[in-house]
Amino acid sequence: MYQTTYHRASSVDEAVSLFGKSSEAKFLAGGQTLLPVMKQRLASPSDVIDLGKIKELQGVELSGDVLTIKAATTYYDIMTNADVKKAIPAIAHLTSVLGDPAVRYRGTIGGSIANNDPAADFPAALLALGATVKTNKRSIAAEDFFKGLFTTALEDGEIITAVSFPVPAKAGYEKMRHPASRFALTGVFVAQTKSGEVRVAATGASQSGVMRVPAIEAALKANWSPSAIDSVSISASNLLADIHGTAEYRANLVKVMAQRAVTAAG
Amino acid sequence: MSTVKLTVNGKAVAVEVEDRTLLVHLLRDHLNLTGTHVGCDTSQCGACVVHLDGRAVKSCTMLAGQADGASVTTIEGIAKGDELHPMQAAFRDNHGLQCGYCTPGMIMSAIDIVQRHGGQLDEGTVRQELEGNICRCTGYHNIVKAVLDAAGRMKVSQAAE
Repeated sequence: MYQTTYHRASSVDEAVSLFGKSSEAKFLAGGQTLLPVMKQRLASPSDVIDLGKIKELQGVELSGDVLTIKAATTYYDIMTNADVKKAIPAIAHLTSVLGDPAVRYRGTIGGSIANNDPAADFPAALLALGATVKTNKRSIAAEDFFKGLFTTALEDGEIITAVSFPVPAKAGYEKMRHPASRFALTGVFVAQTKSGEVRVAATGASQSGVMRVPAIEAALKANWSPSAIDSVSISASNLLADIHGTAEYRANLVKVMAQRAVTAAG
Repeated sequence: MSTVKLTVNGKAVAVEVEDRTLLVHLLRDHLNLTGTHVGCDTSQCGACVVHLDGRAVKSCTMLAGQADGASVTTIEGIAKGDELHPMQAAFRDNHGLQCGYCTPGMIMSAIDIVQRHGGQLDEGTVRQELEGNICRCTGYHNIVKAVLDAAGRMKVSQAAE
């Protein structure tokens, strides 16, 4: 790792001001992605500004039909939170298959979506549930937030403060885990909103990061059952292909994971 | 350089380190606590697991500065004098190690697993929960046996306290 200067911010305002004073700062939350990337010398921020101890970024709130998870809440704290388990158990399940126990103690929802890894789990949940990303400056709809591989709508120095999820009627998430990295080879989040809209998002599949899957949405809108997806055809063009799986394999995984997710959602 | 103040194995310490120092290097290079190992250095193998405020984390994936103010327990801090921690004793009795490289991390993760599951553990849960700790010698069989054995012992020793 190259030299850097570590700062611990005690508030969002302080973090923003520290960012403004640095030449090439990065925000650090759980560090489960940023630190490995810095160790590989793929990132060399002049300063790292730790958001992990900021109280206003911690915790979960359930208010009516909206579940709000503050940005620096760890996966473990999300997975074990009673409101999460009650309101959107699919999110508790998603965090339980994310990384390993030690990673879940440190990694945060804000870090996951700010990094926007094409195989990360949370982007699929945000997109399928129609979540809203709250920052220190504005609210951004999930559709407008994810902009492709490792790219988001965040501006320099903008900090995610929370994610608000509308509580769905039904939701499920299933993924084919890479056995070593535990990232999603492909993961699919399915949701039926309380107004009857069906939204399906896949991660780990597309070359442009997390994506909606309109063909499966239409099939499930007509008939909410795993068998409704049997006849759907998913094109392999623009899907990821690497040593772990071809684009055709991932196209099939989108269907299979969607079917399993519908079964899990009930 | 910054001064990091933390509690390690019950003792308050203040260590002057470069800001880029990882927690594992603070423990090994500055405090000579070399029981915590660096295996893969990529957050996958779990040889570096320590307890940070009671939670089993990978100390190669944390800056030392992030641990400022925290309480850290390493493999050196779990025995009571000459009496091994029940997890250590169970690893010895069940031959839960061969080369021993992964063992400190295995033991620290395993204690955390038992604490989270309150002694209600089965083989499948142990295998699943140990997914962040890699062993290249044992085939895991005796490690799993040791963790299940220790879960019973820890329940008994908790009841005794």
